Amino acid sequence: MPETTNGPRQVNFHVLRYNPETDRASYVKTYQVPVRPGMTVLDGLHYIKENLDPTLAWRYSCRMGVCGSCGMLLNGRPTLACNTQILHIATTDLTVAPLPNFDILRDLIPDLRPMFDKHRSLKPYIVRADEAELNDPAGEFYQSPEELEAYLQFTYCIKCGCCMAACPTLATDARYLGPMPLTSAQRYNEDTRDDGRRARGQVAGSSHGAFRCHYAGECSRVCPKGVDPAKAIQHLKRRLVLDYLRLAKRKQPCEKLHGPGQGKPLPNIPPAPPKTV
Amino acid sequence: MRETKYWTWHMAAGVVILFLLGLHMLIMHVGDITHLFAPYAGGAVSKANSLYRDGLLFFTITYILLLGVALYHGLYGLRTILFELTLKPAAEKAVSFVLFIVGLGLFGLGAWAAVTAHAVAALGVRG
Repeated sequence: MPETTNGPRQVNFHVLRYNPETDRASYVKTYQVPVRPGMTVLDGLHYIKENLDPTLAWRYSCRMGVCGSCGMLLNGRPTLACNTQILHIATTDLTVAPLPNFDILRDLIPDLRPMFDKHRSLKPYIVRADEAELNDPAGEFYQSPEELEAYLQFTYCIKCGCCMAACPTLATDARYLGPMPLTSAQRYNEDTRDDGRRARGQVAGSSHGAFRCHYAGECSRVCPKGVDPAKAIQHLKRRLVLDYLRLAKRKQPCEKLHGPGQGKPLPNIPPAPPKTV
Repeated sequence: MRETKYWTWHMAAGVVILFLLGLHMLIMHVGDITHLFAPYAGGAVSKANSLYRDGLLFFTITYILLLGVALYHGLYGLRTILFELTLKPAAEKAVSFVLFIVGLGLFGLGAWAAVTAHAVAALGVRG
């Protein structure tokens, strides 16, 4: 961490605390944290835990904006604690709270299970009739760069829940599927290898599905990975309507190109190492 | 997929409302200048002109169509707002049923009024 000539600056961390075993309601506890440039909110929380209050609880893993574990509400904005430098969003005071629209397990830890239940209900994986090929792949499927581009940005979702926390519809309708699961559904719908669009449409087109989206766009604004869930949901709605009106082009999942070893590898590429399993 | 059907018709009803409201604005507010569907004196809202329009089958059909799409569009919107209050599934069914009955009742009443006005106007009763 780089030293500055002025030394560390004191920033007051106003952290929302809640322990279901001892507290009836959540409350704010303030900690003074010495902050240097480059220090992330996650670093600040570690400082608190190691020096001020070992009972503070939060969830984290990778510390580099990849795993999506440390989503929390920083100065009222859902984002990743590991990806946010303190001095970029605060000078003297910083409020740290758990993600809204979720039940709180403890302190800064939201209960993400409902989100993953909704996600699972939308079959977030390739669905094909030839199940044997899925379980034991014996070939390659052709997909053009343009076809990949149609859904590529939606694959960057890390399931951190920030979009769910920012969604105004989800704030009042707990049964609404939400931006993350619906984006995931659209990601697989657009995949040319997939044939599960109609199965997903049964769930996405339900009374708490894609049509409840008001297009506020908050999900896209807060996404720390630059994914655009609002766009995905609008595309999903269009696809559902076209399917209902039978105006959508009948899409067959792409064919298998060839079996292993039957393709034409580029020159000067060494052969794959022998199988170990 | 049932919600997809409802939502698609909700959007379609919105487009029809937009068209019919445009027609309404044209007749009621530009009619004084153009005398479109307002051949009598006293402006588009006079009793004579109203009865004249009521006597035309085109307007009777238009009134009933506008009533139907406006009721559907409005009540579906109300249902959506109520559903966002995280109701229980049984309550959602009850809300849908009540709104369907209310919509049907209002549509029946309005359609009866439009048909009756048409019959009265067609008989030549004009003020």
